[in-house]
Amino acid sequence: MNAPAKGRSSGASTIRSSIGTAVASWGIRHLQTFFYTLGQIWRRPFSALMTAAVLGIALALPAGLHVLLTNVQQVMSGWDGGTQVSLFLRRELAESEAERLAAKLRTHRDIAGVDYISREQAMEEFRRLSGFGNALDALSENPLPSVLVVRPVLGRSDPDSVKRLLDELGANPQVELAQLDMQWVKRLFALMEIGRRGVWVLGALLALAVLLVVGNTIRLAIQNQRDEIVITKLIGGTDTFIRRPFLYSGFWYGLFGALIAFALVQSSLWALAGPVQELAGLYRSSFRLDTLDALTTAGLLFGGTGLGLLGSWIAVGRHLRDIEPT
Amino acid sequence: MIRFTNVSKRYPGGHEALSNIDLHLAPGEMAFLTGHSGAGKSSLLKLIALVERASAGQVVVGGQNLGKVRRGRIPYHRRNIGMIFQDHRLLFDRTVFDNVALPLIIAGHRRAEIERRVRAALDKVGLLGKERSYPITLSGGEQQRVGIARAVVGKPPVVLADEPTGNLDPMLSREIMALFRDFNQVGVTVLIATHDLDLVRRLPYRVLRLDHGRLAFDGHGRTA
Repeated sequence: MNAPAKGRSSGASTIRSSIGTAVASWGIRHLQTFFYTLGQIWRRPFSALMTAAVLGIALALPAGLHVLLTNVQQVMSGWDGGTQVSLFLRRELAESEAERLAAKLRTHRDIAGVDYISREQAMEEFRRLSGFGNALDALSENPLPSVLVVRPVLGRSDPDSVKRLLDELGANPQVELAQLDMQWVKRLFALMEIGRRGVWVLGALLALAVLLVVGNTIRLAIQNQRDEIVITKLIGGTDTFIRRPFLYSGFWYGLFGALIAFALVQSSLWALAGPVQELAGLYRSSFRLDTLDALTTAGLLFGGTGLGLLGSWIAVGRHLRDIEPT
Repeated sequence: MIRFTNVSKRYPGGHEALSNIDLHLAPGEMAFLTGHSGAGKSSLLKLIALVERASAGQVVVGGQNLGKVRRGRIPYHRRNIGMIFQDHRLLFDRTVFDNVALPLIIAGHRRAEIERRVRAALDKVGLLGKERSYPITLSGGEQQRVGIARAVVGKPPVVLADEPTGNLDPMLSREIMALFRDFNQVGVTVLIATHDLDLVRRLPYRVLRLDHGRLAFDGHGRTA
C-alpha cells in the first residue's frame, strides 16, 4: 500500500528538483549577464556616459516641468477658495442706501460676508496703489463708485452656484455692475491645464526620443558584434541567449539615464530653492519649493528603465534576425 | 547518422550548388569530402548544420529530418554538431578559455562542469597552458586547435570541418588530422571537407568527391 505512494512522491520530487535546477541555472545566467553587461559599460565608461547623459536630459525635461507645475498648483491651491464678487454700485446711490443694501445682503443664505468700500475709501486705495495720485488731484470730483465685496458661502463657491449668485446680484437695480473677481484665477487655471497637457505632449515626444536613442545605441552595438553573433548562432546559441546581453544593456542605459535625470532635476530645484524662498518671503508667504516626491522619483526610475528596455527590445527584434551565418 | 536523399541546393539567381546528392554516413564513420573549389563542399556542410536548407530532397541527421526543424529549434540541432572553420572564427576579445567555454555556457552548464570540460578539451588539443592567452597571440595552427577544442567540448555526435588544414603546413596538417582520428575512434562521426588530396590519399578513410555539385566518386582514399 505504501510502496507505490512512495514511488510517486519520489518521482514528483525528482521533477521538482529538476525544475528547481532549471530555474536556478536560468537565474544564474541572468545574473551573469546582469554583471557582464555592467562590466561592459564599466570598461567603456565614457561612451556609455554620453548615451546615458542624453537620456538623462531627455527624461529630466518632462520630470522637471512636472515638478514645477506641481509647485505652481500648490501656490494656487489657496486661491480658488477666495472667490469674491465685486458689486459696483450706481454712483447716484447714497452712502446710507449702500449700507442698507450691504446689511440686506449679509442676511442672504449664500453669502458669507459683505465688505463695504465707500467712494472715499476706494479713492484712497486707488491713490495709494495706482501711483496716479497727482493725476487724481486734478479731477474735480471722485470718479469711483462705491463697492460691495461679496464673499459667497464656502460650500457654494463652485462655479455654477457662484454664477447664479452673480446673476442674481447683477439683476439688482442699485448695482451698476457685478463682477466675479475669479476671472483671472480661472484663466490662470486654464493656462495651467494647457501647461499640464504640454508637459504630457513633451513627455511623450521625449520618451520617443529616449526609445530612438537607446534603439540606435543597441543597433550599433549589434553591428559591432556581428561576428560574435554569427559565431554564437553557429555553435547553437538561441535568439534568447543572444538577445539577453543587449536587453540588459538597454536596461542599464535607461536606469543610468533616469538617475542622471533625477540628479539634474534635484540640483536644479536646489539651485532655485534659495531665490524662490526669497521671493515667497517678499510676498509674506511661507511657500517652499517642493523637490521630487517619492512617486515622481519612482515613476522616473521605472519609466526610464522601462523605456531603455523597450528601446533595446525593438532594436534587437529588428536587427538580430537579419544576422544569420552564411 | 547523416543521410542525403536526392538533395539539391539552388541559390537565388539560379546557381545550382548541389544536384541530386545521395549519400549515407554511418554513426562513427569518418570521411573526406573533396572536389575543386566551388564544387559544393561548403554547401553540403551548410545543409547538415542548417545554415542553408535544401531546395529539394531530404537531409536526415541523427534521425531528424532537417526539413521539419523549425527556425527556433535550429540552435538545438547545431549543439549536436561541432563545426570547424578554415578561418577559425574565434572571438578575439576573449581568452582561449572563454572561447572554448562558449558552447557550454550557451547550453547552460554549471561553472565547475565548464572548467573541467574546457580543461579536458584544451588538454586534448595540447593547449592547456594557453587558456589565459588571447587568440591573437597564437599561431595559425594553435588558433585552429582552439577552434577544434570549441567544436568538441560539448561532446557532439557529429563533427564537421571545412578546410581545417587550409592554411597550415603539412606537418601541422598531419597533427590536426590525428586529432580528428582520435575523435573518430571514440565514436564521433567526422566529415572533413578538404582539397588536400595528398593528405587524403595517405589516409585509409572514405572519400566523397564532388564535381560541379554532383557526387562524382564515393570510395576509399587510395583509389581517389
